[in-house]
Amino acid sequence: MSPMMRATTDNGLLAPVPDADGAPFWDFAARGELRIQICSDCREPRFPPRPCCPKCHSFTSSWRLTSGTGHIWSYVRPHPPLLPGYAAHAPYNVVLVELADAPGIRLVGNLVASPDAEIDSAAPEDLRIGAAVRAVFPRVQGMALPRWTPERS
Amino acid sequence: MAMRTTAAPLKDATAIVGIGQTPFAKQLPESEKTLACRAILAALDDAGIAPSEVDAFASYTMEETDEVEVAKSIGAGDVTFFSRVGYGGGGSCATVAHLAAAITTGQATVGVAWRSRKRGSGPRPWRNTQAQLPTPAQWTRPYGLLRPVDEIAMLARRYMHEYGATRDHFFNVALACRNRANQNPAAIMYDRPLTREMYMTSRWISEPLCLFDNCLETDGALACVVVPAERARDCRAAPVYIHSVAQALPAQHHGMVNYWTESPLTGPSWTAARHLWKHADFGPCDVHVAQIYDAFTPLIPLSLEGYGFCGRGEGAAFTEGGALELGGRLPLNTGGGGLSEAYVHGFNLINEGVRQLRGSSTAQVPGAATCLVTAGEGVPTSALLLRS
Repeated sequence: MSPMMRATTDNGLLAPVPDADGAPFWDFAARGELRIQICSDCREPRFPPRPCCPKCHSFTSSWRLTSGTGHIWSYVRPHPPLLPGYAAHAPYNVVLVELADAPGIRLVGNLVASPDAEIDSAAPEDLRIGAAVRAVFPRVQGMALPRWTPERS
Repeated sequence: MAMRTTAAPLKDATAIVGIGQTPFAKQLPESEKTLACRAILAALDDAGIAPSEVDAFASYTMEETDEVEVAKSIGAGDVTFFSRVGYGGGGSCATVAHLAAAITTGQATVGVAWRSRKRGSGPRPWRNTQAQLPTPAQWTRPYGLLRPVDEIAMLARRYMHEYGATRDHFFNVALACRNRANQNPAAIMYDRPLTREMYMTSRWISEPLCLFDNCLETDGALACVVVPAERARDCRAAPVYIHSVAQALPAQHHGMVNYWTESPLTGPSWTAARHLWKHADFGPCDVHVAQIYDAFTPLIPLSLEGYGFCGRGEGAAFTEGGALELGGRLPLNTGGGGLSEAYVHGFNLINEGVRQLRGSSTAQVPGAATCLVTAGEGVPTSALLLRS
């Protein structure tokens, strides 16, 4: 069975298929931590993770804990035709979140009403560019999949 | 013909002398291999060059028919140059660019570039969850960012937010392409006019993009023939010179999900444009007609900015007042483009550019002598400047 076959969950959603560089991100997410790869030598953060630093070429890196907060940079609402597991929730949202403490790093995710809510659960008024959001870590087929909830100030 | 300089040895050194294509349809009965051979033989016939003289091939990495099959089917001679370009529609113009470079440097003398695709009746690539690139896919697919349209819609929403672009601007693009298709009997949408009401009430595909913001799903094949400029003058059709070429993979570019750079709205077109204009004798204001890759309508304003037809953030406003229509500031995709003629990974844009400079387009721009042709924006891309 291919990795992607295993990655399709019971409800038809795709689970991440980490590569060697990305695996630590998902391991930290399983502990409820949103961490970003940074260069151990020049301290430059980078995403997606990769073997060496594009700035100083060091092969040594570490994973810096972030605050898990950010704001919505953009979003879409996909409609069918879609894979069946996603079509069941259409239109849902996909957000791009710019991290508060790592500007320029933007994570794709879903805005949800609560940590374990479905991908079509967010209130329409919460789905807007600039809205503050906080990471949550629901489990999808045993893997923690960081999603986002509205940050109430 | 312009003087050749050592600084830009490719400039006007080669020419497109033949174009060919099959019919376009949602479903064609013949195989991709058969369609490829038909388009290539039509292009060679258009040029008046025997297939046995072909010694170079270039196509896309996504092309299913390889050079061995094509060469032996059409009866090519000994082939001394062949290349493939990656990144889907980003490679369209690069196929011609590779042939121009090979011919200019003496690697070959008669080159054929082609694309054959049954995207209309075949499967949608994004449905194949086992064939996704694992590195970017792990960050996007689980969240339901599944299709190219979702990835571009993310940039489109931000573009609207930052620069005040509206759905009417995207409609301007869709309408210009449809109007040209309505003049082109070969276009899939030849007899299907588009209205603003149809656009505004059509179904969403990925908000903020609707059905008419998306290209067609087409079966079809196209090809063109490239030869040295000296030989081009003896061919059947008037030569269309390859004036400047560019490929572009910008620093820290991430492909269609180019979300992790300082400026995600600055796509590969900006990089391609710098190289393209550096080696050209003319600039954006001298382009008489443009064939700009239009898998999705927002790619047009983004490309207009990248290629220097307007400033950053001005691409949407550029489309106003009929600027992209015949008689406008920059007539666009005059065969109908990917949105309304056929979506064959942008190869129809190359052939239409050639027709404009021959004066034989179904939506001819009077006196057109220069044409920009671009490949897919938002992926590692390529572009051509053509002149008559």
